[in-house]
Parts: sequence; structure tokens; C-alpha cells
Amino acid sequence: MYEIIEGFLEAFRLIITFDPDVIAIAARSIVISLTATIFATLIAVPLGAAINFGTFPGKKNLVNLIQTLYSLPTVIVGLLIFLLISRVGPFGFLRLLFTPTAMVIAQTVLILPIMTGLTISALSGVDPVIRDTLRSLGATRLQFLVNILKEARFAILAAVAVGFGRAISEVGAAILVGGNIAASSFASSTRVLTTAISLETSMGNISQSIALGIVLLIIALGVNLAITTVQHR
Amino acid sequence: MYYDIYLIAMYKRTIFAVAAVMVALMLICGCTGTTTDPTPAEKQQLRIATTTSLYDTKLLDHLTPIFEEKYNAEVLIVSAGTGKALEYGQRGDVDVMMVHDRAREDTFLADGYGTDRRVFAYNYFVLVGPESDPAGVKGMQPEAAFTAIRENGMAGNASVIFVSRGDASGTHSKEQAIWKAAGFNYSTEVKGSGDWYQEAGTGMGATLEMANEKEAYTLSDIGTYLAYKGDLDLVTLVDEGDILLNVYSAMQINPEKFPDTNSTVAKDWVNFLISEDIQKEIASFGVDQYGQPLFYAAQNDWEKIGVNEAEVKDPVA
Repeated sequence: MYEIIEGFLEAFRLIITFDPDVIAIAARSIVISLTATIFATLIAVPLGAAINFGTFPGKKNLVNLIQTLYSLPTVIVGLLIFLLISRVGPFGFLRLLFTPTAMVIAQTVLILPIMTGLTISALSGVDPVIRDTLRSLGATRLQFLVNILKEARFAILAAVAVGFGRAISEVGAAILVGGNIAASSFASSTRVLTTAISLETSMGNISQSIALGIVLLIIALGVNLAITTVQHR
Repeated sequence: MYYDIYLIAMYKRTIFAVAAVMVALMLICGCTGTTTDPTPAEKQQLRIATTTSLYDTKLLDHLTPIFEEKYNAEVLIVSAGTGKALEYGQRGDVDVMMVHDRAREDTFLADGYGTDRRVFAYNYFVLVGPESDPAGVKGMQPEAAFTAIRENGMAGNASVIFVSRGDASGTHSKEQAIWKAAGFNYSTEVKGSGDWYQEAGTGMGATLEMANEKEAYTLSDIGTYLAYKGDLDLVTLVDEGDILLNVYSAMQINPEKFPDTNSTVAKDWVNFLISEDIQKEIASFGVDQYGQPLFYAAQNDWEKIGVNEAEVKDPVA
């Protein structure tokens, strides 16, 4: 019990004094996961729209597959990306293993299914009256898409938030392809909140772990607040 | 009309989004060191895979700033255990391996994956366990102590537990060597032989924490044990026996196998470790904090630890 209380006190001290290590790790987590979320959004939204509005055989099975991949285990994504970008792997010449770029790739792959699936749900949830009205007014294909996307923007935003949340909270892929490196420069390091918590706990630095955990929760809270604010505007 | 205006707005937004992504990309690319670096002279990157003991004791945290300053390089360290470090080396994913498993290092070198091994430090393994010592192994020879732990465990003495690293690390290899020396077949008579033998599958520090929670015995290098001792209730029970010697070496991956490896800075690192100044740093590391050294310098003790003189003294050409 003493350990937990002392851990929390020390954690608050680390946060309030803007401990440079904690800040750097938190900032790196945000940069990496945000970049992954942007890439995933750019792929998932058009892909989700194409699947939702397209008619092709096996569509139902495809949607089922995407929904199954919601729970894609992070270590499996990590392993897959590791094998692809390791020097002896097909993309080894890029020398990406143990870089933040590798982590962005892994997180993008990880959150792609859930963001695509939630985009499909968002688009299919748009009031059919709006769809029929747009069609009857003779909207072109693009006009139709743009307006449906506009209608569904809050639900899509929620999909983006879910994607970001999954990216920043995962640890399996981050440690396999990132290597949890603490280098002297910000940009070469691959230590993020989750991998740092894992390491610090194993090293018995409980207060550092608690501080990083609190920061992770604050980030999650911040993202949620931002989304709610936008939705209620 | 409405749509046209709307579409233009959308295009603008798209362009903005693309620009944002490109900025993000540039930021990320900067990280890989493939594009421009903010520092005037291009910094060389050195990727090291290390056994966890050198990392968990913070010895590498102590040495890397000295190296980075001297060679204008950036050191990236992946701490993973000897088995994984050699695996990374074999795949060409790092430039230098820092390991402690002579037998596997020999195979690694013979297979042509590594080159220019240099021995830079040594210390000893210790058998640690709860103060109550339920198997009564205190002061025994390592082989006898292992035998006693196994006998108690097999006989169903529930308070006797041995936590193994179980991760193909150098420490795990040493543990297997001790079981073998004690006359047991590791894979049939030890591993999986009962609840008394538990595999942690993790680094040295984490394994010590686990043994501490379970009031169990475990084999540790003395360096990591001393660095963690403050948080642990475990005590040293066996620390004498030739088999407990623990020799650390560094080698670079073979540039002939992986031609685009950063071979120069890898050599610099290996030579740095066996330089006189750094040998002194290694020998004195932790003395002020723990009252005794965590590692001994290998340079003048090559005979004692059974390696040849060239391995501790000759700089890599």
C-alpha cells in the first residue's frame, strides 16, 4: 500500500515539474500514434466508403472479416511487420526496424480494420431519406459521397478517435518493431508510454510507471474531450 | 452552385490534410537518419543489441554519452538478452552485439555472422533466494545447490521454487550448463518436470522481481542483482564455483555478410570498450553506490577468465 501511495506522490511530482523524460516519452507517443491515425484515416475512410456503397460479391463476408480483425492482436501485427522490415526480410533494404517509422507502419496496420469497419457503420447509419433525396435531386456520384460523408462526419470522427486510442495504448507491436530505444535524440528514440511503463515496472521504478500511466490516461481523456466538444458544437 | 463551393472547400481541406501528412512524414523520416540532420556534421548511428544485464545495471547508460561525445555518434540500444541479440545480429538488424555466452558466440562467429570479438568485462553469477532458504543450499557448490533445489521441488516441497529466465539468454545458457554439470538432462529432467521449475521468459531485472514475489530461487549475474538488491528481499546463497564465471564480449556483425552495415562506428565501439580509460570506468562503475564493483575489467585478467590476450587487448583493425 505504501508503495502505491508513494508511487502516486512521486508520479504527481514528475508530472507537475514537467520531468523532461516523461514529457519526451509522452510527446513521442502522441507524434507516432497521431501520424499512424492520419495515415489510417486517409486509407480507411475512402476504403470504407467504397465497401459501403459498392456492390460486389462477397461483400458481407468482407465486412465480417473486417469486423473480426477489430481484435487483431497487436503482437501479431508486430511480428508481421518485423518479418517484413527486418534486414533479411523483403523490405529490409529500407532499414526501418527499430525506428519510429516502423512503429507508425505497425500502428497504421493495426487500426486500419477497426477504422474501416467503423466508417462502414457510420456511412450505413446515415438516414436513408437523405440518400434518397440526394439521388432524386440528381446528385453526381462525387456530390453524393461528399454529402453522405458530411452527414456521417461525427461518427467518422469517433472512428478516428477509437483508432488513435488503440494506437497509443498498444504495446505489443511497439516493442517488437520499435525496440524500446532511449537514444540521446528525440527522433531516434522509440520509447513510448506503453513500452516505457512495461520496462520501468520490470525495473522496479514504480513511480515512473505510475506517472507515465497517468499521462497516458490524460491523453486519452484529452482526445475524448476534444471529440465531444466538436460533436456538440 | 452549392456543390461547387463545397467541393472547393473540400479540395482545400484535402490539400491541407496532404500537407499535414507530408510534414508528419518529414518529421518521421528525420528519425531514420536518412534525411537531413539538424546537427552540422552528420551523426553516425550505431545500433547495439545487448544482454539485459548491461542495460538493467545502467552500465550502458553510463558509457554511451562518453562514446557519443567522443565519436560524434548516436547510440541506439535494444536490450533483449543474448539469444535475441544474436538473432538480431544474424538478421542484420543491428551493428554490434554485446553478449555473454561463449559457446553460442563461437557458433555465431564460426557461421560467419559475427567478427572481431573482444572481451571487455566479467563478473560472476550468483544463486539468490529467500533468506529462509527452504532447500538449505547456502554455501554449497553450484551443482550441489541445484541438485538440492530439484530434489526438494520434485519431492513436493511447495516452498521450493526455482525461477528460470527461460528466454535463451546468456544467463539461461549458464543455468542449463549448471544443470548439466549437476548430472541432469535439462529438457527431460528439469524443464517442465514440475511446478517447482518456472520459466519467466523475460529479462534479468524482471526475473529477479518475479523471484522476489514468489520467494523463489534464481540464477542472476551479480551486477544486476546488486543493482536491484535495494528492492529485493532475496539474498545471495551460492557465489563460489568455477562454473559461475560470466564473461561479457562485444562483436560486430560481419560486414561481408551485410555490406551496408556501419562498420566503422561498430569497430570504434568495440575498441572503445577495451580502451584503457573505459576499462577503468567499467571496473569502478557502481562502486560508490553499491560498495563493490558490478563488473570487473577484463584487460588484465585474461588468463584468469580463460580467454587469449588478443581478445582483451588488440584493437580491431
